[in-house]
Amino acid sequence: MSEERLHFEVVVVGAGPAGLAAACVAAESGCRTALIDDTPWLGGQIWRGQQAHPAIPQAAQWVERFQRGKAALLSECAIIGTAGPRVLLAEHPGGPRQIEWERLILATGARELFLPFPGWTLPGNFGPGGLQSLAKHGWPVAGKRVVLAGSGPLLLAVGAGLRKMGAAIVSINEQAPWPRMISFGAGLLRWPDKVAQGARLKWALRGIPFRCGAWPVSADGTEQVSAVTLTDGSRQWTEACDLLACGFGLAPNVELPLALGCQLNDGFVRADEWQDSSVPGVYCAGELTGIGGADAALIEGQIAGFAAGGRQNEARALISKRASWRQFSAALAKAFSLRPELAALAKPETIVCRCEDVVFDRMKQFSCWRDAKLQTRCGMGACQGRVCGAAARVLFGWGMESVRPPVLPARVESLCKG
Amino acid sequence: MPTTHVPPPAAVRLLVDGQSVSVAAGTVVAAAVAQAGRARFRRSIHGQVRGPLCGMGICMECRVTINGRAHCRSCQTLCEEGMEVQTDE
Repeated sequence: MSEERLHFEVVVVGAGPAGLAAACVAAESGCRTALIDDTPWLGGQIWRGQQAHPAIPQAAQWVERFQRGKAALLSECAIIGTAGPRVLLAEHPGGPRQIEWERLILATGARELFLPFPGWTLPGNFGPGGLQSLAKHGWPVAGKRVVLAGSGPLLLAVGAGLRKMGAAIVSINEQAPWPRMISFGAGLLRWPDKVAQGARLKWALRGIPFRCGAWPVSADGTEQVSAVTLTDGSRQWTEACDLLACGFGLAPNVELPLALGCQLNDGFVRADEWQDSSVPGVYCAGELTGIGGADAALIEGQIAGFAAGGRQNEARALISKRASWRQFSAALAKAFSLRPELAALAKPETIVCRCEDVVFDRMKQFSCWRDAKLQTRCGMGACQGRVCGAAARVLFGWGMESVRPPVLPARVESLCKG
Repeated sequence: MPTTHVPPPAAVRLLVDGQSVSVAAGTVVAAAVAQAGRARFRRSIHGQVRGPLCGMGICMECRVTINGRAHCRSCQTLCEEGMEVQTDE
């Protein structure tokens, strides 16, 4: 194992739409640029598989633009913390790496929000986006009965994607009530591309029950999920399935920004005019600053890339587009806000922290995330609270305002050599 | 853009709990485990069976042992020829 120390003018973390756009623009501005991602592929989660099998023209364009440009790609490189001021410490199959930066653009994206309910720990229960990602990389879904539940536009996109791969979609259950969905749909007229996208999804999902105001109560099965019980608030019913794809929207991956000292605002990283964070030289773009989807992320990534490359004039030209996407982001947040019943799905004995097997009853005795962690070990296992910390925000209203290094489970050799 | 012939996906052979599995190139280890018919990837600290949840390297529920190295995220690791994967440890 060799230890490497690399230096770049601009370092971009995360190769999804925001990071790709930022890296392209920074490199085209003449900066020595690196794009870092912990996966072996480009495109992040939303464009996963697009590099190998391009199907989304926009994704293909950005991947090609990146490959044509001069930015270095450091893939399979997971940032675990810092190794001094303006130096990131990364783990890589070839050994630990120290990466020095002059300007840093964080585009670490979002993860799915999971809420605990009885049976949610059974194998066969996935996040919708997670199942879609796995299916693109060979997880067998053909002929499998899939129930989709939770919240957000992703449910429809994943339903359509899985159906195309041969899955039998049993039903799609959106927790938000019909009236909110209808007014969200009407408001989409301001973003014609989204209307077209919605219409395509609706056609792709024809014949499949789509319910609004319905949510899961429990997953049943012994060694894996075999059925899910759903409710509309007045009655309950059970649907047999092989796979349950359940996620309640997205939560930003704020661990690295927090470790670098970036201030948050209502759970998201605070970004100012040029996507600059509260830490000098550190920019944030994409889902980190608010859940807005790939189009919003591309604009924010470009603004950050231009700003880091010293081309504020070009960045300025994108500000009105960003404003429009921020309105879209606000509309999404309003339409898909979570109903209070979802915070009460866990029973006293339901596991909330899957890493340390901490149940709801144990956690609810405490008044904040820190106390619960210290007393129960919740959030102190392998995922370091990425799953239960986000859930605790919904269940108990607890915020996670700080992190401790390393921000990902790391090998001792990386910490020693780093 | 020149059109290129797309070759059929090459097969990769690996061992999952001693069982030989052949998967398409580009398959992640988690998917190979599922293709081998296994739902159980690991056990929780109290012995509950667990499998992948997030599919994107966040939740750590898909951890397996790969080529003797414990706690590898199988959803983020591509299958390689001759790989040895051990679940349920």
